[in-house]
Amino acid sequence: MSSTNRTVVVTGIGATTPLGGDAASTWEGLVAGKSGVKPLEQEWAAEQAVRIAAPVAVEPSEVIPRPQARRLDRSAQFALIAAQEAWKDAGFTGKAGDDGSVDPDRLGAVIASGIGGVTTLLDQYDVLKEKGVRRVSPHTVPMLMPNGPSANVGLAVGARAGVHTPVSACASGAEAIGYAIEMIRTGRADVVVAGGTEAAIHPLPIAAFGNMMAMSKNNDDPQGASRPFDTARDGFVLGEGAGVLVLESAEHAERRGARVYAEAVGQGISADSHDIVQPEPEGRGISHALQNLLDRTDLDPAEIVHVNAHATSTPAGDIAELKALRKVFGDDTDHMAVSGTKSMTGHLLGGAGGVESVAAVLALYHRVAPPTINVENLDPEAEANADIVRGEARKLPVEGRIAALNDSFGFGGHNVVLAFRTV
Amino acid sequence: MAATQEEIVAGLAEIVNEIAGIPVEDVQLDKSFTDDLDVDSLSMVEVVVAAEERFDVKIPDEDVKNLKTVGDATDYILKHQA
Repeated sequence: MSSTNRTVVVTGIGATTPLGGDAASTWEGLVAGKSGVKPLEQEWAAEQAVRIAAPVAVEPSEVIPRPQARRLDRSAQFALIAAQEAWKDAGFTGKAGDDGSVDPDRLGAVIASGIGGVTTLLDQYDVLKEKGVRRVSPHTVPMLMPNGPSANVGLAVGARAGVHTPVSACASGAEAIGYAIEMIRTGRADVVVAGGTEAAIHPLPIAAFGNMMAMSKNNDDPQGASRPFDTARDGFVLGEGAGVLVLESAEHAERRGARVYAEAVGQGISADSHDIVQPEPEGRGISHALQNLLDRTDLDPAEIVHVNAHATSTPAGDIAELKALRKVFGDDTDHMAVSGTKSMTGHLLGGAGGVESVAAVLALYHRVAPPTINVENLDPEAEANADIVRGEARKLPVEGRIAALNDSFGFGGHNVVLAFRTV
Repeated sequence: MAATQEEIVAGLAEIVNEIAGIPVEDVQLDKSFTDDLDVDSLSMVEVVVAAEERFDVKIPDEDVKNLKTVGDATDYILKHQA
């Protein structure tokens, strides 16, 4: 515990996404190149400029009992489902301390979302206006607070080493995992349940993102709307769901004989200081984050064979990221299979870093890079900078130690790069 | 028309079932909301608001703390319903 540079590994994974209600079905969908995007059929959608989204494949009400669900924001429901899957997958049962496999004082939870309990806030405002003060739910505050998902996951597993919620828009989920890695590396915890969640498919966020010109308006072709790196890309498609990892010190995992998916090598973080929403077009801030990752870890660019790109399908952002990869990694970029999985899941905002970390870890574990779908005409600037996995999944090298990156960037100029590596 | 004791217990049972998921037959006069029926302090507010609406009665916040059991709530509603 005195060590401040402990090795961190991934021992559990969980997810609920537009492609499936768990990590296995999500992975299956990713490798098969399935799209989770659908037309919005709700009455409110008719007047929206954007009428497509990627809802979760399995409604949380099918999994969480109603009395529990009615006091959890949808984002907390997703987080709890993914966290419980990851917890069980890591070989834990019940709460920390129940079976002696982890000391609750050495267990943390770090779950982030970009927006927090936005549907609770808006729905309860409707209750206030329509039915009056007395009818506003007494559960509103714990449901809408951005730390709600983290707190509920912490309660479910019995975490006492610290429960945290970093917020950095669409980089939030990745920042949560980075924070968790540091908690373990520096000796604050032995095990941390970490990831991201988001539930924002509601008329207000859709109108707001739509009016920012950030979202695809390709309503006539929902499954083709999210098309990172394609010349016809016109914005992201809003997705929802959660992705969660169980991170653990290598020592602790070994002691209890846990299955190890991958090493969580570390993170590189930076800020653009350029614009509140526009990405810096040359990817300077992203380059800085990638360089920080190399400077702060023993990661060798030669071993990086896969990048789960942020690639939201916006005209400027997709290319800036690839320029940064080329700038920092040079010729090593040539052996990196770059995948834009938001082409299938849509953009889960604060959930993206969680789900895409699950995808990056499984890509290493199975040695397969999922595809970027809908790339019909590859943007020449993308082609010049990186090797995009298009159309179909691609096998990664079957032998030797290989590493993968998961990039996440958020409004506000937040850049977070996570690195995972086979063990 | 005022509700009878039986009707009030049945109504409270439906409310508690909706909020806490407890089977309606378990909601009996002698049951404590917090100890027996999984109704914590926040959910108790929900139970009270739902009961107010259903039985046309006002239950001020300062009286809620005295409603420990289903029997307490039933008596209160019997006495105060419009």
